[in-house]
Amino acid sequence: MPIATHATSIPVVVDEDKCIADKGCRVCIDVCPLDVLWINEATGKAHMRYDECWYCMPCEVDCPTKAVKVNIPYLLR
Amino acid sequence: MNIPSDIPVTDVDVLVIGGGTAGPMASVTVKEKNPQLSVMLLEKANVKRSGAISMGMDGLNNAVIPGHATPEQYVKEITVANDGVVQQKSVMAYAERSFEMIEQLDNWGVHFQKDETGDYDVKKVHHMGTYVLPMPEGHNVKKILYRRQRKHRVIVENRYQATRILKDKQGRASGCIALSTRTAEVIVIRAKAVILCTGAAGRIGLPASGYLFGTYENPANCGDGHAMAYHAGAELSNLECFQINPLLKDYNGPACAYVTGPLGGFTANAHGQRFIECDYWSGQMMLEFFRELESGSGPVFLKLDHLAEETIQEIEHVLHSNERPSRGRFHDVRGNDYRHKMVEMHISEIGFCSGHSASGVYINEKGETTVPGLYGAGDMASVPHNYMLGAFVYGKICGENAAEFAAARNDIPELDGAFIEQERQRLLAPLQREDGIPPNQMEYKIRRIVNDYLQPPKVTRKMEIALQRFREIRQDLPYLYARDPHELFRAVETQHILDCAEMAAVASLYRTESRWGLYHYRVDFPERNDQDWFCHVQLHKTSDGAMTCYKRPIEPYIVALDDKEKQAYNQLRVKKAVNA
Ligand SMILES: Cc1cc2nc3c(=O)[nH]c(=O)nc-3n(C[C@H](O)[C@H](O)[C@H](O)COP(=O)(O)OP(=O)(O)OC[C@H]3O[C@@H](n4cnc5c(N)ncnc54)[C@H](O)[C@@H]3O)c2cc1C
Ligand code: SF4
Ligand code: SF4
Repeated sequence: MPIATHATSIPVVVDEDKCIADKGCRVCIDVCPLDVLWINEATGKAHMRYDECWYCMPCEVDCPTKAVKVNIPYLLR
Repeated sequence: MNIPSDIPVTDVDVLVIGGGTAGPMASVTVKEKNPQLSVMLLEKANVKRSGAISMGMDGLNNAVIPGHATPEQYVKEITVANDGVVQQKSVMAYAERSFEMIEQLDNWGVHFQKDETGDYDVKKVHHMGTYVLPMPEGHNVKKILYRRQRKHRVIVENRYQATRILKDKQGRASGCIALSTRTAEVIVIRAKAVILCTGAAGRIGLPASGYLFGTYENPANCGDGHAMAYHAGAELSNLECFQINPLLKDYNGPACAYVTGPLGGFTANAHGQRFIECDYWSGQMMLEFFRELESGSGPVFLKLDHLAEETIQEIEHVLHSNERPSRGRFHDVRGNDYRHKMVEMHISEIGFCSGHSASGVYINEKGETTVPGLYGAGDMASVPHNYMLGAFVYGKICGENAAEFAAARNDIPELDGAFIEQERQRLLAPLQREDGIPPNQMEYKIRRIVNDYLQPPKVTRKMEIALQRFREIRQDLPYLYARDPHELFRAVETQHILDCAEMAAVASLYRTESRWGLYHYRVDFPERNDQDWFCHVQLHKTSDGAMTCYKRPIEPYIVALDDKEKQAYNQLRVKKAVNA
């Protein structure tokens, strides 16, 4: 069964200017209970890779540079 | 057959699976009890922020504190709230150690609300007794647990999802197989005792929003533990007593009556009128909630707009900083302001959760499942209405007993290599296919069918159709397709969700009566029938692989109830609607 790739709007946004993943920070990636934050290979910064979010907020609260913003997923808004 | 040489094996004395609430307590307890033993805490997320209390908690829902309540009163309350179907001994084992646990947590630095005299400031929310203890500073619980784990040198293995319990030839639990959620590496942990603390099965039904991860429960809790226990041959109990909670519509988090109730907030209908006497979450309360929702006076709302500004600020402080802190953000986008309008509520998707209802893997008052060496604590085990404090207390009980069991075993458990190899192939198969069905699509389909056919009111023919559809989906499992390790671990979860959905249907069909209000409201068997159904329904896998149920009698009560008490939860609707 062949598959398609869907577009989906994701709730968690990382401010790349503030993110210090290039200095080795992995805090948000470590704490996310759903393992949906990863390093973006293209930019070296953290980003949301999978649209599977509990809007629980450890990523935002624990980020040392306040680079993460958790929005309510579109389907719930 | 030996264990394949390319599968890493780690040996520990006690293995704890799930590092949310009960798990950390269990692991620390093993070390406190016997520092010689090695303990591993295996977690599919990261123990720093995993589980239901990831962001802390608003309060204790079931504190049994001397001067406010006695263990006997509490056992009565829980017996009545569960229509009599409880093992009182296991509820009592919690109640008797509830206060000791509060003091232990207080000692560790978890702060609870106290009054001017320094006494715990317990609030009345339940129908009969007083058990709710606010913790306005409850956001640091996980940090405090983490410090204890480090102090006791608990071995922590993050980002590994346990997938099957391993047993030795004598049938004793002897470890598990686990899958790395990031690399798809398959590993074996060999242990002399195993404690399951994997939380609720919160991804069986589909939330009203349709968003797969917008569940009431932390979606990491998808029923892995229930499925693992089932496949290991353990009994599950009361599965037809679904968890269904009253929540903020679409946001799908607690409203939360336990925080707002003592401050004057309440659940109201569209006219702003109170329609239930008591906001404590019980099946009977949920049935009244459901009726109001479906009636001309629906939908249902959280009413706070009559409260004073300071009270609203106090409520906002708690509700928007602890537990589910994005509540405030949700209200912002919706234009909700507690001061000016009531906030719409709804009922959650179904789940298995003893923390709130009574469904789970069967355990006795020692935390033992029916498989020797396998223990269970928290939302996945069967002690009803256990909540956070119950998870801690049973974590501790399991820790103590598993430590003893492991210490008494002086063999190195002998594992079945053929089973391990077969399991590895099952786990990795979706990654080896070229195309097929992505896990999110299969998961959506299962959960949509759960909503269509299993969400109460339950109807026999509908549940039979559900079973048939689940068995058809089972035929599709050889087509599950994952593009990376992340999707692979979702594919494993999907298979456990399917197991849980099937268990929900089989257990519900077996009990041909109605009980626990909305939780098991069967339209074609609308009456409660104590003659035939005053018992637990146990579900398990027989040696030939069939999913079957049988009746387990209720053990004689240790706390007697009079007839008036027995009726207490049957009168939850307000007699005459009173204007707020
Ligand atoms: C939104 C919400 C609000 C609540 N509010 C209150 C309250 O105010 N007061 C109160 O007393 N109770 C409250 N509760 C209930 C209470 O939080 C739970 O009863 C309790 O935390 C359950 O603990 P647990 O250890 O069973 O599960 P959890 O703490 O959820 O831990 C389960 C852990 O298992 C891990 N896991 C799952 N599967 C696997 C696997 N296969 N391999 C490895 N790890 C796995 C998960 O990632 C998770 O970390 C609330 C619950 C929720 C969801
Ligand atoms: S925690 Fe903040 S700084 Fe660190 S990787 Fe994440 S976004 Fe970047
Ligand atoms: S809000 Fe929670 S689930 Fe969503 S990305 Fe942040 S930590 Fe992960």
